[in-house]
Formats: sequence, C-alpha cells, structure tokens
Amino acid sequence: MEPKYLLGFVGKSVIKAVTLIIGVSIIAFILISASPLDPVQMNVGTTAYINMSPEKKAQLEEYWGVDTPPLERYLNWAEDFIHGDMGMSLKYNRPVAEIIGQKFLNSLALMAVAWVLSGIIGFILGIVAGANRGRWPDKLIKGYALTLASTPTFWLALVILMVFSVWLGWFPFGMTVPIGVNAADVTIFDHLQHLILPAITLSVVGVANIALHTREKMIDIMESDYFLYAMARGEKKWTIIRRHGLRNIMLPALTLQFASISEIFGGSVLVEQVFSYPGLGQAAVTAGLGGDVSLLLGITVVTACFVFAGNLIANILYGVVDPRIRRGQGIG
Amino acid sequence: MELPIYASAKKVKINQRKKTICIFCFACLFLVVLTVAGTMLKDLAMTTDFTQRNLAPSLEHPFGTDWMGRDMLARTVSGLSMSILIGLLAASVSAVIAAILGTMAATLGKKVDAAITWVIDLMMGVPHIVLLVLISFALGKGFWGVTIGVAVTHWPSLARVIRGEVMQMREAPYVKVAGKLGQGNLTIAVRHILPHVFPQFLVGLILLFPHAILHEAAVTFLGFGLSPEQPAVGIILSESMSYLSSGMWWLAVFPGLALILTVALFDMAGGSLRKLIDPFSAHN
Repeated sequence: MEPKYLLGFVGKSVIKAVTLIIGVSIIAFILISASPLDPVQMNVGTTAYINMSPEKKAQLEEYWGVDTPPLERYLNWAEDFIHGDMGMSLKYNRPVAEIIGQKFLNSLALMAVAWVLSGIIGFILGIVAGANRGRWPDKLIKGYALTLASTPTFWLALVILMVFSVWLGWFPFGMTVPIGVNAADVTIFDHLQHLILPAITLSVVGVANIALHTREKMIDIMESDYFLYAMARGEKKWTIIRRHGLRNIMLPALTLQFASISEIFGGSVLVEQVFSYPGLGQAAVTAGLGGDVSLLLGITVVTACFVFAGNLIANILYGVVDPRIRRGQGIG
Repeated sequence: MELPIYASAKKVKINQRKKTICIFCFACLFLVVLTVAGTMLKDLAMTTDFTQRNLAPSLEHPFGTDWMGRDMLARTVSGLSMSILIGLLAASVSAVIAAILGTMAATLGKKVDAAITWVIDLMMGVPHIVLLVLISFALGKGFWGVTIGVAVTHWPSLARVIRGEVMQMREAPYVKVAGKLGQGNLTIAVRHILPHVFPQFLVGLILLFPHAILHEAAVTFLGFGLSPEQPAVGIILSESMSYLSSGMWWLAVFPGLALILTVALFDMAGGSLRKLIDPFSAHN
C-alpha cells in the first residue's frame, strides 16, 4: 500500500469531518435561536416573568444577549467552545462542559458494552444464517432481525424493564443511587447493576443490522469460485468459512459497526430515558424539555463529534481494505 | 416428515407473484381500515369513565382501561391512525425532497454533487433523535414540531439511492445510444430514465413510512411531540411508565405490539411491492 495515497485519503476525510462538525454546530445554533421558546422566560418561570419590572427584564435580556446579532453570537459561542467553555447550564447550574464530561462517561460505558455485544453476537448470527441459507436457522435469524427492525426501542426497553425489574425483581427500578444509601457509598457493583438492562436492550436492537449485513456477505462468499474450489478439494464447510470466509467478512462488518454509532446513540437516548440512566441522552432530553439552550447545543455538537469520529474510522478502514475507494473511484 | 416436493404437488398452486399481490393488497387494506377506524374512534378514545378504571384486559375491553377509564383499544387505534397520517405526510415530503436532491446531485455536475453529498453526510451524522429534538425545540414542540421534524429528516438515505440510480442510468448503454440518436435531454430523462427510477422511488417512499412512524412515536414518547390530550402511541407508552411498577402491564404491552404490527405491515407492503416491480430482488 502506498503511504502517500493513504495519507492524502486520511487528510481528506479529516477535513471533511471538521467541516461537517462546523456545519452541525451552525445548524444546531440556528435551530435553537429560531425557537419561539424564550430562554429568559423559561429560566425565570412564567409567573416571575410577568411580575418582573421592565428594567429587570431588559437587564436579563442583555445578560443573555437577546439583542446581539445572531452571527456575532455564534462566533462568540464558537470561540468559547474551542477554548473548552460551553457556557452554563440553566437546569443544572453548572458549566456545560463539566456536565457533559460526567454524563458522557456514563453513556460511553453503556454504549461501549452494547456496541461490543451487538457487534459480536450480530456477526456470529450473520455467519450462521448465511452458512445455512434457506434452512431454519437462517429463517429464524432473519425473522428475528426483521422483526426487530420494526420494534420501537423504547417499547422493548419498557418490556424488559417490566419483566426483569417489576416481575422478577432482579434489577433495581430506576434511580442510580439506591434509596437510603449515601451517594458516596455507591459501589462499582451498583453501577454495573444499573448498566446491565439498558446495555442488553441496546444490544438486542443493535444486533439486527450487523446480522443482516454479515448474512449477505456470507452468501456472496458461499457463491464465490474459491469457495466452490475449496469444496471440491474436499474441505469441510466450517473449515472453509474459518479459513477463507472470516477475513473477508470481518472488516466490512467492523466498518459497518463503526458507522452505526449514530444509531446506537439514538437508541441510547430512548433507553436512558426509560431506565432513568444518567447519561448524555437523558441530559439532552431534560435540556430540550427545560429550554436549557447551552446544554442542548453542547450535547449536539459533542455527539456529532463522536459520531463523525466513528464515521471517520469507518471511512479510513474502508480505504485501507478497498483500494478503489482510496483512489476516489467510489462504487456508485 | 414428508418431502416438500410431494407436499406441494397436492396443494392448489398459487404462484409467487399472486401471493405477493395478495400480501400487498392485504397490508394496504388493513392500514386503510386502521386509519379510518382510528379517526372514527377518536371520540371514544377521549371518553373517560371513572367507574371502569384500571381494568385488566377482558372481552369488553380487549386492551384494558387506563386510570381515567379510557378504553385502551380505542386509544391505541386512534393513536395509530394519527401516527399513520403523520407518517404519510412526513414520508411524502421527505420522498419529494429526496427525489429533487438526488436527481440534482446526479445531473448538475461535480460541485453540486459534492455539496449535496456533504449535506447528506451532515444529516446522517447527527443522531436522528437528537436532530428531531432540536427541530421540535426550534418549532416550539407540538404537532407541527414533530411532523415537520420527521418530514425534513428522512430524505438522506433515499436521496442517496436515487442519486446512485440516476448516475448509473446516465451511463447505461441504451441511454448513451438514445443520446447518439439525437434525442433531447428532456426526452431521455422522461422516456428512458424516469420509468426506471420511479419504481425505486415508490418503493423507497413506502419503506420510509416505518421509520417515520417509529420516529414520531419516539419523539412523542420523549415529550417533544404531540400534546398529552391527543391520542398517540408515544403518549400512551410514556404515561404507562408511571404505572409499570404497579403491575399494569397492559398499558404498555398491547399498544406497543399494535405499533409493531403497523410498522411491520408497512414493511411488508413495501417489500412485496419491490418484489413485484423488481423481480430480481425476490431471489434474495
């Protein structure tokens, strides 16, 4: 592989990701500015706002920069953002960067577990389905994946919560700190216990995509000439799959999994809401419902960075694997 | 066990195509009935009867009743009809956007293509739910917040498909030949490219519904969509969360299953239409 090509390719991808992140921040900023929900009013509360004297209102409006032109406001915000200052959260009354840092770790733990689990299980299911094309394991797995595609994540989360927390009582129902326990005494075990159900839900949903994709690839390989030749040489089916199949499916599956971070995050927003898991998704919902503008904006941009990082890795992996893409001859 | 080849010889043979047409018609009919029934049941869904509170499913109330004595079946069906209508509106708008941008990207040169691809990447980079929350927030929540949100966010994948199709068509030998034979660009577009791309577009449109409906329900569930007075599956499910610990499972299970069924029917309709239009895909 020529390193010069690769470097150029990576550079191009990085530049594109950066422009995309700037694009996301601009769009998010415009959307939030366009909102008819007045942050001043939402923060102070409607009753207090009505009773407030005009001078006080003007003072507050100046503080929030209501009269500053949007472009200037955006540039101010962007400059502070690059320096790591994302503003103050109205809801939590703490710097946004601090909240995001803390919630992001929680979400990251959840998503990492779900990402790995769904990747491995989906990959195995896909291979089994592809290798048994048309027979019952294939039908079963395909049916499972297709059903999941039409299942709302949050409903599945509700059902799992109902079965395992309410009926069986195996897991706590909501809330991260158990009642009557000091927040400082929460052990790592408690955290793990809260992680299990949301992670399982996310994995169960995430499996579908990767399983179907791997199945297609597997079928392609089973129809290839080298597979036929290996069969003719007398190798067993699973030996051929292990020797010739795995490598060919593994990397596309891996890139798909990196590209699916956006979906996993979307799912985690819903799952966190159901299990009241204190992650980034729940914070985003709270921010949106409570009109916490700076937090919502911060979360959007940070998630976008996260997702684009995943896409970037996927792109680069693709480029490494498939020279056609690296040279810019996209496949349609 | 009998070998399938003997078993099928005895049965009356319905060929694959007829079967697919049947499935398609059945799915469409069911969805239309559901929509009409839901619209008519709207008043019943709002009727409260405090003598009939918190009832478990029975023959009289197949889905049970909630804490205000509303019949859950009526609420679910009218919620679904609302979802279908929103999905219909949103998916159509998205499909039109996809068609326009996809065609523009494929025909107006490299710069336009790069710009549109960039926008597509941009839309796909923000998690869907986050984008919907943002748009809903920008529009002040409520019905229009969620409808417009779902309508303007579902086009990227279809736009990509249409772009690819049109690009491929432009390179196709028969289109090149038509050009050499002196046919105008417009004639080629209408007579040779459109008939090929339109079926793809139609299938893509129908397959957008499930996504639109699921996202509408999800956003409503999170509290950004329809208001609590309106019957909506998202509302029903988010309300049911407060009653889960008291063991009222029917509040969540049946409405969710009904939602899955609706989404699956749209998927079936889209899938069988694809098989009819593009027989090659039936072999996958």
